[in-house]
Amino acid sequence: MPEKVLMKGNEALAEAAIMAGCRHFFGYPITPQTELAAHMSKRMPKVGGVYLQAESEVAAVNMVLGASAAGVRAMTSSSSPGISLKSEGLSYLAGSDLPALIVNVQRAGPGLGGIQPSQADYWQATRASGHGDFKMLVFAPSTVQEMIDLVADAFSLGDEYRMPAMILSDGLLGQMMEPVVMDDTKRTEVPERPWAVSGHGNKREHNIVNSLYIDPPNLEAILKERYEKYERIKEKEQRCEEYRTDDAEIVLVAYGASARISRSAVDAARKEGIKAGLIRPITLWPYPEKAISSRMATAKAFLCVEMSTGQMVDDVRLIVNGKRPVSFYGRTGGMIPTPAEVLNEIKKMNGGI
Amino acid sequence: MNMNLLLAGFGGQGILFTGKVVAYAGMLDGKEISWLPSYGPEMRGGTANCSVCVSDSPIGSPLVTAPDVLIAMNLPSLEKFESAVVPNGLIMVDSSIVDEKVKRNDVRAVYLPATRLAADSGLKGMANMVMAGRLYKETDFCSDASFKEGIKKSVPARKQELLDKNLAAVEIGLKSGE
Repeated sequence: MPEKVLMKGNEALAEAAIMAGCRHFFGYPITPQTELAAHMSKRMPKVGGVYLQAESEVAAVNMVLGASAAGVRAMTSSSSPGISLKSEGLSYLAGSDLPALIVNVQRAGPGLGGIQPSQADYWQATRASGHGDFKMLVFAPSTVQEMIDLVADAFSLGDEYRMPAMILSDGLLGQMMEPVVMDDTKRTEVPERPWAVSGHGNKREHNIVNSLYIDPPNLEAILKERYEKYERIKEKEQRCEEYRTDDAEIVLVAYGASARISRSAVDAARKEGIKAGLIRPITLWPYPEKAISSRMATAKAFLCVEMSTGQMVDDVRLIVNGKRPVSFYGRTGGMIPTPAEVLNEIKKMNGGI
Repeated sequence: MNMNLLLAGFGGQGILFTGKVVAYAGMLDGKEISWLPSYGPEMRGGTANCSVCVSDSPIGSPLVTAPDVLIAMNLPSLEKFESAVVPNGLIMVDSSIVDEKVKRNDVRAVYLPATRLAADSGLKGMANMVMAGRLYKETDFCSDASFKEGIKKSVPARKQELLDKNLAAVEIGLKSGE
């Protein structure tokens, strides 16, 4: 068993990507993501990989597109304003059926916003990462160890389904240190990519990686096929963690850093005799609809906690569909909710049930 | 033993490093731990602070808003965080930098001229480790072996020549207040 070490979230993401066989990193610095790129710049040359600081975010994401098309495992990372710049590339990656890992260490927006932690890019990650009909796999770790584990999953599922995957982190998780185990035995293999444009050596037909389809019926057919794939993913890949939900009457729903805070609030509520529990989505797309649906058996009300003005709460409301009240509590602009604030919301709801 | 610790001072005083020592020591004792720095422009010459949680159970928020222990290495830090400390908590002040006294009477205050003590022993810039030594003495937050090992693990491999100095500064803190 490898020993526990202390690692920052950002560094853990970088090291986990290297462990997952990623040897091509293209990025551009931005707080609070910078340690990830800095770690890559030190480590990539030592493992025979490429670290390239591009001239802009747009360049970086298109380098990822090129690398992925050529058949290698590639990634980029940024923080909120930088992800907006990359959105064109994300759309092209999805339109070209290319796997790639994109890390967003969220900070406050809109515009340049602020540099403190935020979760205000939920809609961007799950709805509108770029123009056109498409989805990305979106993973939301809530501990540094989980960041390591999800990087490997994001790469391998991205390969399996031939689509981009995002790790949606935030400044709090990126900057904090926790003990982690880098388990080398979980090292994933980079699969063969028979579709890559890496030279056919006159032995097969040439491959084409492309997102331009001028003929509408043809493009519609391609999109329909892609959405059938998305339906299969929704059926198979939903993930969440449930905490003290068995008999929970007030069910909190929170991801990432907010989930940590909500978990403390659930414990505090239980101490006061309130039956509270937490559903923590691990995949934000596909969203864990099944878990929330089945929790309606005991739940009298839901409370969504986010570091935003309320984005994921829309998904909870879509699933609950008016059958239970859904409340929201959030802090935004770089402010972090405290367990006491969340507990206060739970108490208010408990009084009203 | 659960401890929510807030360390605060100027950038360059080793605030984040001291937090890392505490975190490593707690980890080696088998505790759940988290370490969260302030980041961004406020670190450049302004105030730096660092939240460390040492706990028997999984840590929710790594941001310490109600510290059991506050280590204030400059006046702005004391002024900013004094009111946040829990009742019966501990406030440790580097009294060679901060002239003010703790105003609250529902907390325990420890005044240690860490910067001067370090400089007097030829350990300029190691006031943070003098404070760490005293923190250990006041709170027993980890075992002796883990504390020493935590320091070793926190000093980077290429700076191992500084290990002895760090340990010497800790000794000053351990012997202080007698």
